[in-house]
Parts: sequence; structure tokens; C-alpha cells
Amino acid sequence: MRHLLGIEGLRRSDIEALLDRAEAHLHGSPDASHVLRGKVVANLFFEDSTRTRTSFEMAAHALGAEVLNWTMAGSSVSKGETLLDTARNIEATGPVALIIRHRSSGAPHLVARHVRCAVINAGDGTHEHPSQALLDAFTLRRRWGKLDGRTVLIIGDVLHSRVARSNLHCLTALGAKVVLCGPPTLLPPGLEALGARVTSRLDEVLPEADAVMCLRVQSERQSESFFPSAREFSRLFGLNAARAERLKPEALVLHPGPMNRGVEIAPAVADGPHSVILDQVAHGVAVRRAVLEVVCR
Amino acid sequence: MKPTTVLLRRGRVIDPRHGVDGVRDVLVRDGRVAEVSEAPLEAPPDAQVVDAQGRWVLPGFIDLHVHLREPGEEGKETVLTGSRSAVAGGFTAVVAMPNTKPVNDSVLVTEYVKAKAREAGLCRVYLAGAITKGLQGEEMAEMGALVAAGCVCITDDGRPVMNAGLMRRALQYATQFDLPVMVHEEDLTLSGKGVMHEGPTSTRLGLIGIPPSAEVAMVARDLVLLEETRGRLHVAHVSCEGSVRLIREAKRRGLRVTAEATPHHFTLEDEAVGDYDTHARMNPPLRTRHDVLAVREALADGTIDAIATDHAPHGVLEKQVEFDKAWNGVVGLETALGLTLAAVREGALSLTRAVALLSDGPAKAFGLPGGHLAVGAPADITVVEPDVEWTVDATRFFSRSRNTPFHGRRLTGRVAQTWVGGRLVFENGQTKESRS
Repeated sequence: MRHLLGIEGLRRSDIEALLDRAEAHLHGSPDASHVLRGKVVANLFFEDSTRTRTSFEMAAHALGAEVLNWTMAGSSVSKGETLLDTARNIEATGPVALIIRHRSSGAPHLVARHVRCAVINAGDGTHEHPSQALLDAFTLRRRWGKLDGRTVLIIGDVLHSRVARSNLHCLTALGAKVVLCGPPTLLPPGLEALGARVTSRLDEVLPEADAVMCLRVQSERQSESFFPSAREFSRLFGLNAARAERLKPEALVLHPGPMNRGVEIAPAVADGPHSVILDQVAHGVAVRRAVLEVVCR
Repeated sequence: MKPTTVLLRRGRVIDPRHGVDGVRDVLVRDGRVAEVSEAPLEAPPDAQVVDAQGRWVLPGFIDLHVHLREPGEEGKETVLTGSRSAVAGGFTAVVAMPNTKPVNDSVLVTEYVKAKAREAGLCRVYLAGAITKGLQGEEMAEMGALVAAGCVCITDDGRPVMNAGLMRRALQYATQFDLPVMVHEEDLTLSGKGVMHEGPTSTRLGLIGIPPSAEVAMVARDLVLLEETRGRLHVAHVSCEGSVRLIREAKRRGLRVTAEATPHHFTLEDEAVGDYDTHARMNPPLRTRHDVLAVREALADGTIDAIATDHAPHGVLEKQVEFDKAWNGVVGLETALGLTLAAVREGALSLTRAVALLSDGPAKAFGLPGGHLAVGAPADITVVEPDVEWTVDATRFFSRSRNTPFHGRRLTGRVAQTWVGGRLVFENGQTKESRS
């Protein structure tokens, strides 16, 4: 694997190999600190994301790499430099990988066509967030052993969610069934063709779920009239305590963070017995070590 | 240069306006068609004789929709390079859109472009004036002055006239000049920040979609206004089935509406965006297979009057960027014939109909001279080698820009010669400039 631009198109065996490596890293793979010794990995975050950036940084350090963090505020980007010029300039400093977070879907694909080093997509627009999907799948696999035949319900703003797209590709590749649920205005066309079941009736599908993933709802979507109010969204699509009671006893609750407590997920559920949200964060570093190891090899 | 006499011998003449399709000799004198004969003609002593055997002799193509970028963006295209691109594609006349810098909303800009076109001396360059000052959609431009200066239509192309009251008055006002009002149909509240067709591909790529309703709703609105005003409406770059259906019905009821479609809209689907290929970014966006078939059907049955390229040159700076930051548009003059003939070979429309869409249809839509080869018509002629296979190579375009999704595509049928007013302006891959 030369780049990690998305989950779409990866084979099941590629994904499983990454998860297997992540498992080894989670147990402290003894030789790992030599893997990228003397190498440089560059974080290019054109959009703020402390959590993902830090997670990649920790993963790189654990493999012995130096990390260059390019902050885009006040940089040449704000002076009008193009994405490609920025990427080529940073590439000229010699990193083995560029980790790119960008608000435009496809930005890492554009860069990957024009640089020689590896490109890792750390979230592009509303397209994909592959390392997040891998850590979600990893979290589920550690609980379940395998995902085949399991049903994962993803709730909320699917239209604008790169997490939803990457998870849809990843979970279906691993044999799980994916149900996407949200207001019709936030369910774009063609999701069925990607292998999902699509519905706006949360209470009907809730009891079938082996895992529920709540997506972050952005307040600006309310002002864009995708839904009338946070309150109404919460009433129709929020994972509140009453709904959590109707989950299967063993069902898992995930959230990619950061959470709007009280909107898409109730505090009691986020911190409750079903929740694996903090496991997700912890697993992120192991999964990203595996990703760096594979693309920088 | 003295006017020449030319005898085009034994070519297959296809003149849809007069129902001609057969081997003919065509005699050109003083820039006009002097004789079209089934029997071989004797060459007058001063005549240049062209052997057109095995070739098609067609009325010169007319493109109702091109962007020549001059004045203002000469790095992308100029009237000269655009004219070269036109004649290389077999176009003997083009209509230049007004979204230049400054906008063609005044006689000054119209005259400037006309002067540049005379200087280039290749194809006929007609001008489209703006509907509104600065294309701002607020105040009507001086339509009478633009018409007097030679504008053949008005349009805010690239932008819709969102204000329905203003659009109604523009249609009304234009009736005194019998002027077609060309419209870019897009309800901006529906297209929003969309960058491609809304469908499974936009969902998969995480790109914001533009629903067909953004176009269809505006076509509906403008047809309602057309019916009230009894003006002339020309719908630019029709992209979807809904628009086709409304235009077909309006024509059936006798409204004076004409329409055009581009080769990219009747050839490619939204999936052509592939891995965020900005060369497939255009407005209106590439639609679905269903829409492509509907547009093809409309080309065949007369609902659509003209093939227009919407030739929109852009540089690398506008295209080698994030998809949502890329500019819309493709260059089209040099690939139009090959793509049209591909549709003919695929059975979408007859050859005669295809020729009509490139010549007679556009001439009639805007009331332009040419578009046919009757005696007395301007000797605007496109000679085609129908069986030559070639590969689109954007690096060799006459256009100053290379933004095409068709680079590398195999096409059959190539322009051998282009004649404008009886003068050879393109032959064997070379333009013939006449500033000597």
C-alpha cells in the first residue's frame, strides 16, 4: 500500500492485515521503535483537529520518527499558495509521509498524484476518514472477535460525514451490515448502492443494532435548514437514555468525537455501560502506528 | 487578397436545409456558393481545384456558445487563439460570450472584440451582449446599443438572472429587436455550493451535489415568462431530462424557444469525475446515463436545435487544485466534430441531423447567415475526412488552454479544410492566417 487515501477499494485482507498489526502494537510490539528511526513524517493539517493530529504524532514517535507539524494558520497557505505548492515544498524537506487533513474532498488524492512520498488521508472534506474507520472496526473486532453478521447502526448527519463513508466501506468489507439513519435531508442519494440500508425511523432499527455509532451534528447545519433545531434533532435522532434501554444488552455505543452531549448523545449514554468511546481514542494510536508502518515501508 | 474561385470536386455534399446528400461539385466565387452540381463542372480557368472525393463537404459549423476570454484573461485564450481553435474544429462562426473582463455590456467591448476578430481574420466572430450590467443581475444593459453594435443575442451566461421580474422585462424589451435571450438555467438556491451532479457519485466522493431541479425549475420559470412575453428564449447547455421534456412541450405549443447541448453533456456521465478529475467539473454538471440518453433523443427529434461547445478555456492554475476550488468548464471546439460523429456511430442520431445541429440549426436559432450551401450562401464550408482515426492530444490544441476530459480519447472523423467566405483558413492541421 503506497498511500492510504480511503477505505474504498481496500481488500478485506488489506484491512485485516492493518488491524492485526494494530493488535500487535497495542500489546507493545517490541521492535516497533526502530521502524521509522531517522525518518520524518509531516503533519499537514489545513483544518484543525487536535485529536487526530496528536494521535498520528504519538504513533509516529512510537515508531521512532520525527514529526513535522505544519500549522496552516499564518502560513504561506493563507498568503495564497496553492495546496500543491505547499505539499511539494514540504515534500522537498524529505519526509517519508504526508498526513493530510483538508476541508476539500479529494485534496489528498490531488497531492498523491504529484508527490513521491506516501500520503495518508487524515480526513478530507466530507469524503473519507480512513484511520478513524479502522480504529472503529478495531474497537468492534476486539469486542466481538469478528464483524461478520453484526449490524452497525450509524445515526445522524451522513451527508456531511467522512466518518460515515469510511465506516460504511470498512464495516461492509469486514462482513458487517450497516444501517444509516438520519433525517432525509442528511441522507444523500446512492447510499444503498454502497451497501447500506437507509432509514429515518430510528426507533424501528434500534433494537437490531449490535453497535450504534452517533455522528457529530454541527450546529451550522441547523442554520442551513437541514433540520429545524437541535432540540428536534435530539428528539428524533438523539441516543438518549430511553433509547439506550431498548438496545440489545451487549450493544456497543461509539462516537468519533468530539461529542455534543445532549444533542446526538445523552451524557448518561456516552459514559454508560454500552460506551466504548474512550477505547476508540486509545485504539487510535495503535491503528495509526500500523498505518504508518504499512505505507512507509 | 483577391477573391478566389474554388471548385470543390466530387465531395459528398450534405446540406440538411435543402435536403441534399450526395456527390456534388461545389463552385465558389467571390466568397459565395456559385453553383452546386450533380454533374461534374468544368473548372473555370482561374479556379483553384480541390479534390474532395471520399470527403464530406458540409456547411461551415456555427458554435453559438464560446468563451474567447479576451479582453481580460488573455492567458487562457484570445480572440486569435480561439479563432484558430474554431477553424481547426471546423467552425466557421462562433458567438462569443460576454463574461469577459470587462463584461461585454457596452459598445466599447463589442467593438474591441470585433476589431480583434477582424485582425485574426479566421472565422466569423459574433458577439453576445450582457443582459444585465456587469452580469450583476440587477440592471438591464443597453440592449439597443449592443444590438446596433452587432450583438446577435444577449445573455448573462455563466450566471442565471435570478430576479424573475427583471428576466421578464428583458424578454419583453428584447422583442422590439427580435433578439434571442440566451439563458444559463440555474436556480442558485438549489445548486448552492454544489460542484457536481447530485447522485451516487457525489455521495461516494463526498462532494456537494447539484440536483437537476436547479436547472429544470429555471427552465420552467423562463418558459412561463416566455409565454407571457412572446419573446425569444435560447436555453444554453441543456443537461437533463427534465429540461428536455419542458422544452419539447413548449415547442409543441408554438413558443419561440431554441436550445443547445454540448458534446460533453451528450457524451459523459457524472462518473467521469473519477478520482476528483477537475477536467470533468463543469456547470451544468455532467449528469446521469438517463440524462445523456434524453439529451441525445432531444438532439435527434429536434427539441434541441444546436450543438454548442461552451468552449471554456482555463489554465492549470484554475484546474490543478482541490475539486471544490476548481473552475468550471472544458475547451470544446477541437473535439466537437469527433464526439458528435461518435454519437452518430452509436446510433443516437443520423448523420444529416448531426450536420444540421452543427450548421443549419444554430444559424436558424440566432438568424445568422450561413448554415447551408444553396447558391448565394456565404462560402463557409467544412470539409471532413470521415474515416480518419485520431487521438485527442490536448498538448497540441490550437486553443491556448488544455482543459479537456477527452485527452487520449480515440475519435473518428477529422476536419480537413475550413473555408470562410470562400477563403481557406484551415488545411491539413494548419491555420492559414492572412495578414500578409
